[in-house]
Amino acid sequence: MRPFAYVRAADVDEAVRAVAGEPGAKFLGGGTNLVDLMREGIERPATVVDVTALPLAAVDDLPDGGLRIGALVRNSALAADPRVHARYPMVSQALLAGASPQLRNMATVGGNLLQRTRCPYFYDAAAACNKREPGAGCDALGGFTRGHAILGVSESCIAAHPSDLCVALAALDAVVEVRGVGGTRRIPMAEFHRLPGDTPHVETALAPDELVTAVELPAVPVAARSRYRKVRDRASYAFALVSVAAALEVRDGVVADVRLALGGVGAKPWRARAAEELLAGGPADEDAFARAAEAELEPATVRPGNAFKTRLARATIVATLRELSG
Amino acid sequence: MGVTQIRMKVNGVTESLDVEPWASLLDTLRERLGLTGTKKGCDQGACGACTVLADGVRINACLALAVQYDGSEITTVEGVDHPLQQAFVRHDGFQCGYCTPGQICSAIGMLAEHAAGMPSAVGASGLTEDEIRERMSGNLCRCGAYNGILDAIKEVL
Repeated sequence: MRPFAYVRAADVDEAVRAVAGEPGAKFLGGGTNLVDLMREGIERPATVVDVTALPLAAVDDLPDGGLRIGALVRNSALAADPRVHARYPMVSQALLAGASPQLRNMATVGGNLLQRTRCPYFYDAAAACNKREPGAGCDALGGFTRGHAILGVSESCIAAHPSDLCVALAALDAVVEVRGVGGTRRIPMAEFHRLPGDTPHVETALAPDELVTAVELPAVPVAARSRYRKVRDRASYAFALVSVAAALEVRDGVVADVRLALGGVGAKPWRARAAEELLAGGPADEDAFARAAEAELEPATVRPGNAFKTRLARATIVATLRELSG
Repeated sequence: MGVTQIRMKVNGVTESLDVEPWASLLDTLRERLGLTGTKKGCDQGACGACTVLADGVRINACLALAVQYDGSEITTVEGVDHPLQQAFVRHDGFQCGYCTPGQICSAIGMLAEHAAGMPSAVGASGLTEDEIRERMSGNLCRCGAYNGILDAIKEVL
């Protein structure tokens, strides 16, 4: 690993100032992604500002029935929180479907939002990657694309966003609270991650000095009946080929409320708004679920290696909604 | 870019160390403290061979910077005295043995997590075989001794 200066921040403002004053400085949370990328030489921060001592590890109730999750809450702790279980089962399920128990004990919620793609060409310093080196080209385009995205991709980048948790957060309209030298602001989940376009190296709406301090989950009554379903190449400890976060309320055979988001297929955590709009107020049956899935997947851009994802995503959406409607 | 002084209690012994901030906990345990029981498999958080307990919680030491564990209590396989060890021998919970220290530390952490009510993706009420396999999925065994590992863990329940 390339040498770097290490700063252990004692409070949020100190952390933000330490990064703002140092071009190339990075915040360090649980380390499960950044340390790996630093060892591979993909991330090369001159300064690492360790934020794990900051007082951001609480999960607090919000007055409206929502939850405020500190950025340093570990994935395992959040998955075990009884409030998350009761109000947002899709969040617990997404967390427990991700990584391994050891990694979940280390990984933080804030870091989860900022994890980088698992595209093997991004990880391979010998490969061309526009995300790693703007303008270098993309070896994934003609390469092995089994794990790559089909929605929101561009000719510059087809990397899939790797997070499970973020898929559930997208479905729930979570809000990300961030602090920079200019103060605190709140970014809706839908605006937090950027589509690649021709600047795939710009992955989020964060300014370089901004630290994720919390994620707020609004009260979403329909989420009490929700599910995260993940399809992958082995039963555990693998990234999603396709995943679905869904919440559904059916009244008298009609969809009264629905939330739907997809993982493994999007260049960012993919809120399936086209499908939601088709479903709302309509029949809660298999045909309607399939039509909604097809509408969402209609703009998909596939390659020989990931063309299977359209059909797999459709089937997973239908199966998840069917389960919730039963 | 100097060194940082840290203190860790490792297997009950307080260690004061000057570490480079980029030194992993794994390398620090192996190279500085001579505790080579903890193994380096993938060195990227994919195999679990480096699993140790930090304040009783299982983690991958390869992705942990030693500086981040200043003040922590670390247990490696050298500090373990648990019936699991004999159970692994009795049930052939290994062939080459390279993953075994990580499997043992991980299983100890897993049992503590289950006792504390930590859920898993399987969601069974007790530690069924499916539960154990899911909860141990962060530890790979390329010899394929999974059935023996499962039997060894079941024996100590």
